[in-house]
Amino acid sequence: MVTMTALEEELSRIAGAVLDPEMPVLTLEELGVMRGVHVTGPGRVEVSLTPTYTGCPAIEAMSSDIERALHEHGVPDVSVVTVLAPAWSTDDISEEGRRKLAEFGIAPPRPQGPAGGPVPLTLAIRCPHCGSTDTELLSRFSSTACKALRRCTACREPFDHFKEL
Amino acid sequence: MSTPGTREATVPTAAALALGDDALILSHRLGEWAGSAPVLEEEVALANIALDLLGQARVLLSLAGDEDELAYLREERSFRNAQLVEQPNGDFAHTIARQLYFSTYQRLLYGQLATGDGPFAGLAAKAVKEIAYHQDHAEHWTLRLGDGTPESHERMQRACDALWRYTGELFQPVDGLDLDHAAMESAWLDSVTAVLDKATLTVPTGPRTGAWAAGAGRQGLHTESFGRMLAEMQHLHRSHPGATW
Repeated sequence: MVTMTALEEELSRIAGAVLDPEMPVLTLEELGVMRGVHVTGPGRVEVSLTPTYTGCPAIEAMSSDIERALHEHGVPDVSVVTVLAPAWSTDDISEEGRRKLAEFGIAPPRPQGPAGGPVPLTLAIRCPHCGSTDTELLSRFSSTACKALRRCTACREPFDHFKEL
Repeated sequence: MSTPGTREATVPTAAALALGDDALILSHRLGEWAGSAPVLEEEVALANIALDLLGQARVLLSLAGDEDELAYLREERSFRNAQLVEQPNGDFAHTIARQLYFSTYQRLLYGQLATGDGPFAGLAAKAVKEIAYHQDHAEHWTLRLGDGTPESHERMQRACDALWRYTGELFQPVDGLDLDHAAMESAWLDSVTAVLDKATLTVPTGPRTGAWAAGAGRQGLHTESFGRMLAEMQHLHRSHPGATW
């Protein structure tokens, strides 16, 4: 069993290193959507993945990318299952993930804490281009379900904000 | 895509269909705005909301059977969505009024479902966070239109009045959902009243229940425009069975 666990850890590292299809600077591990890797038999692996949003179409690309990565590593039989509970939250994005998002031009989500209360949309969000906190909301919905569209009033650039969930 | 780990032997099919059909049909209606919304940001917003709803519909319909068969091969009388969600988009105010009424209801409903440990708890806990954004979107637009120009005020009022009679059905008991519908309805009325008041709109006085109210969608009776919507939604799958990307 010890070797199995070591194998699972190794496979987990490989699956977790797959890049997000929409934000290809972020790994699935950093995004916090990996829920587990289990060796269920010889050459057979089951990966659990949770979607950011219930209807996120990227989950299918993620699944096939994970399958490909593990195939290339010599696992012939890979199945990816989607789990909804416990629900993913933007708090599941790692510190490194947040840093990469900002570098990529997407303002990272603000920490939410445990309570699921109203979303404080009026707190300052930093412009990923010039660093100003003087930004305004253009639309709560943007290029993908997980982002809102904002504009920096200092440098005038529009930018995406990974909105809190 | 596989269904979530919350699948249990005793999924109440009637409830999964009712909630799944609500999400599917409203998603399709919102999708009809693609290419014709008043501004680009709204097109993106409505499409995003539609996508969230479609995701919910896929999970719920998969609990009841094969999602594609249920969505594309059922006849009108087999759909169990409330009549509110099938109402045509109308002008933008109608779409917003429909969103306000539905998202307020759905947030309360999923909020209750999320607290239990039933077959819908996992989905509800996740979806309720998405719905908070839908409700926020609807409330903001209700305020802007209601407290906007005389023209926008009049149209928003007209939309709220027209859809009011469809809102009683949302609180009819659904087989397999053990919820306090009366408490949900009173919370819904409080919430909607507060938004309409703030938007300088009048809370409609027409009947929400009884003989003059609308609503038998949960029993499979639908309004005139629903058949046309279904024809468009199901056409591709029925004309080209098994078609894939």
